[in-house]
Amino acid sequence: MAETFLSLRDIVVHYGAATALDIPALDVSGGEMLAVVGANGAGKSTLLRVMGLLQVVDRGVIEFPGLAARYRDPLSLRRRIATVFQQPLLVDDSVYGNVALGLRLRAVGKAEVQRRVMPWLERLAIGHLAERPARTLSGGEAQRASLARALVVEPELLLLDEPFAALDPTSREALLRDFHRTVKGTAITVVFVTHDRHEAYALGQRTAVLDRGRLMQLGSREEVFNSPANDLVAAIVGFENRLMGIVEVSDGKSARVMIGALSIPVSGSFPAGSRVNLCIRANAVRVTPAVPGPGSPFRFDGKIREIFSAREHHRMVIDCPGFELVGSLERARGQFCGLSEGKTVTVSLEPSAIHVILADSSL
Amino acid sequence: MELLGQGLIKAFELVFGFDNEIWAITWLSLKISALATGIALLLGMPVGVMLALTRFTGRSVVVALVNTGMGLPPVVVGLFVSLMLWRSGPLGILEWIYTPIAMVLAQVVIALPIVAGLTLASFQNLNPQLSLQLLGIGASKAQLLWLLCKEARLPLLAGVMAGFGGVISEVGASMMVGGNIRGQTRVLTTATVLETGKGNFDIAIALSVILLLLTFAINFFLTRVQQRDPLRWPRLS
Amino acid sequence: MKRLTIRLILPAWISLAILWAFSPAYPQSRSIILSTTTSTQDSGLLDVLIPLFEQQSGNSVKTVAVGTGQALTLAGRGDADVVLAHAPSLEKDFVSQGKLLNRRLVMYNDFIIVGPKDDPAKVRAMKSAAAALRAIEQAKAPFVSRGDKSGTHNMELALWKLAGVAPKAPWYIESGQGMGATLGIANERNGYSITDRATYLALSKNLGLPIFVQGDRVLLNIYSVLEVNPANGPRVNVAGGKAFADFMIAPRTQKIIHGFGVDKFGQSLFVPVAGMKEDELGV
Repeated sequence: MAETFLSLRDIVVHYGAATALDIPALDVSGGEMLAVVGANGAGKSTLLRVMGLLQVVDRGVIEFPGLAARYRDPLSLRRRIATVFQQPLLVDDSVYGNVALGLRLRAVGKAEVQRRVMPWLERLAIGHLAERPARTLSGGEAQRASLARALVVEPELLLLDEPFAALDPTSREALLRDFHRTVKGTAITVVFVTHDRHEAYALGQRTAVLDRGRLMQLGSREEVFNSPANDLVAAIVGFENRLMGIVEVSDGKSARVMIGALSIPVSGSFPAGSRVNLCIRANAVRVTPAVPGPGSPFRFDGKIREIFSAREHHRMVIDCPGFELVGSLERARGQFCGLSEGKTVTVSLEPSAIHVILADSSL
Repeated sequence: MELLGQGLIKAFELVFGFDNEIWAITWLSLKISALATGIALLLGMPVGVMLALTRFTGRSVVVALVNTGMGLPPVVVGLFVSLMLWRSGPLGILEWIYTPIAMVLAQVVIALPIVAGLTLASFQNLNPQLSLQLLGIGASKAQLLWLLCKEARLPLLAGVMAGFGGVISEVGASMMVGGNIRGQTRVLTTATVLETGKGNFDIAIALSVILLLLTFAINFFLTRVQQRDPLRWPRLS
Repeated sequence: MKRLTIRLILPAWISLAILWAFSPAYPQSRSIILSTTTSTQDSGLLDVLIPLFEQQSGNSVKTVAVGTGQALTLAGRGDADVVLAHAPSLEKDFVSQGKLLNRRLVMYNDFIIVGPKDDPAKVRAMKSAAAALRAIEQAKAPFVSRGDKSGTHNMELALWKLAGVAPKAPWYIESGQGMGATLGIANERNGYSITDRATYLALSKNLGLPIFVQGDRVLLNIYSVLEVNPANGPRVNVAGGKAFADFMIAPRTQKIIHGFGVDKFGQSLFVPVAGMKEDELGV
């Protein structure tokens, strides 16, 4: 277990009357990659600025247990951190000049600057652009320069605020891969903010979910993505189906939940009478043309109301007894034949794919 | 037209004939206005930067004052500075009236709002996130300021040129606080007024030509510093 | 906020330091502020006399040339040390109020009436200035006035009063400017004007305006030097003012005044009259 690199305690940030950030505790381990997700306005950028010592907090303590001993004054401490924003924000200079900026600010000598900058330009595939004026770069090239600028100072903490959001899909994918490959082997602690959950899952070992300035959940990506703590997190991590139901019976280890006309058994301890959300991913909903057979809580009939066919999958809205489900079928699988709007189908669910959340836990 | 021709010939004669008085007047104009612009920069730029980058109660009032100040009529400034510097005025003890110092003072008052206002505008044009990014890459507050100045170099230098142009060409304040005293406070603009009043149009034109050439030369130099390779604009078909 | 204060105060101090360094070393004796009129300065006489005085006395003189009203008011406030003016009635007012002291005659020049070659008002060789003005008014011929409350302007207004007529636009044009510019306008508009002889002589080669009336007693332009009452304001340079006034009436200076203009125009521009009484003056 790596030691704590950064610890936030009782952080409160106000913007006027509104509370932008309210986090009692958040620890980042040394060398880990932490993804921070949330809707717009959730406070992700504010959190990043607080971590980068760029934002004054109204209350709270930010500590760098490992660094504090070595770097006493705020400026040297701040210089162990590098931030990359969504916009490249390069200055009016050549690419080389921009990437070398961080080093020059730290009074690194010319020869060493040369020695350190060129390899990073190569690693991020912009070596050939070194002498070009920064303003002539494309979006992707500029963002690579911004990354290089941050990495060349060899920061102990790297903060990224939606770094790939402004790029076109091709550039974004390429840069994501290059970035991952580059930091994978290093000991840099990385915290990056994204509103794209796929990116969060791909890059982050741990995920933090923010909503309206509060930390909803913090855990390994498997935890957060498979067992969201509340309805909000479930929505953010991509559970398209969050069915509201009532617990009929409960025996402490399992319970029966009434959803629409169905009564579905789930495991877990939920007080009888409490409201729960059943979270099911769209791709965990299996849909086949209606097959006669015994009904079960996990197998029932429904009717396809609507089909939206995208390039890689078909998305269906299915009317079920008392509720509706969103299902998604991959095109490649070829399971789509025989399905069309208005068709009666058989829906089957894998019990393990159902994740239950107490409805009142959305605080 | 004939008058203009005579003026040009006279200008040639005066400049290249090394007429001492003309050189003295020109040199004094340059000294006073350059010094005034320099002081206005020293005081005005920090004001402009502060207004651009910070927020405080009453800020909008200060900005409005700066913007109003940009359009101050020089002769009004001259009047008020005179009121201060006359023997009967509060600063009379300094005995600065009718000396070049008074002229520098008046010109600083004229140039200061121009420099502050244009600095403010040029900094406000910068991407607000840029400051954050530069801090996020390790800039100290002082380094940040320097980098922002470099980024805003274009409009900042325009502000310098506007400030200098405004004061080297003004006559109202210089006349009132300087007194147009021969050999002491006579500059190109006040001398031009004098000669025009006397009816010596050829000398007046000559002085105007010298003033224009001087201003052009300085602005040419500053423009070279300011401009960089222009962005290739696409040709509109 | 503290950083801000430092950033503003430091440059301000530096600026003041530079300003102070730039300021000239104080001369042995303080400067003398001479307030006079623009027409006096335009005549060029002071360009000869002032350097002479500075050399002789070791004082430095700051000549402030403004309108007559301002020249006298400045002195009345103690913002000048000595006055050289040519508006006797105004000067006498200031003397009676005690603001200016020791009025002494220095010299006079005269005014002349000039006009367009074709002389529409037929004033050529008239002896009386008042009569000439009456004729101009009757003919409604263009007349350009300085209109700037200067000594010349006041003289002109007094003459209109003497003539018993009131000049009116559009034939009466007020330029609001100095003598040189006013004559320029008269030249352009083929109009009449009253001017002092010195300015006229200096500019005559550029003008096509012959002299029509001269020599009338009322056309005399009398220059006096007046000292400033030290009670007018703080820091009046009493000794300096007196030194300059004494210089202006000194025989040597008076001789120079007499010779001024002879080599250039073939005649004296000014008649030195120090020591004489006003009613003794005649042409």
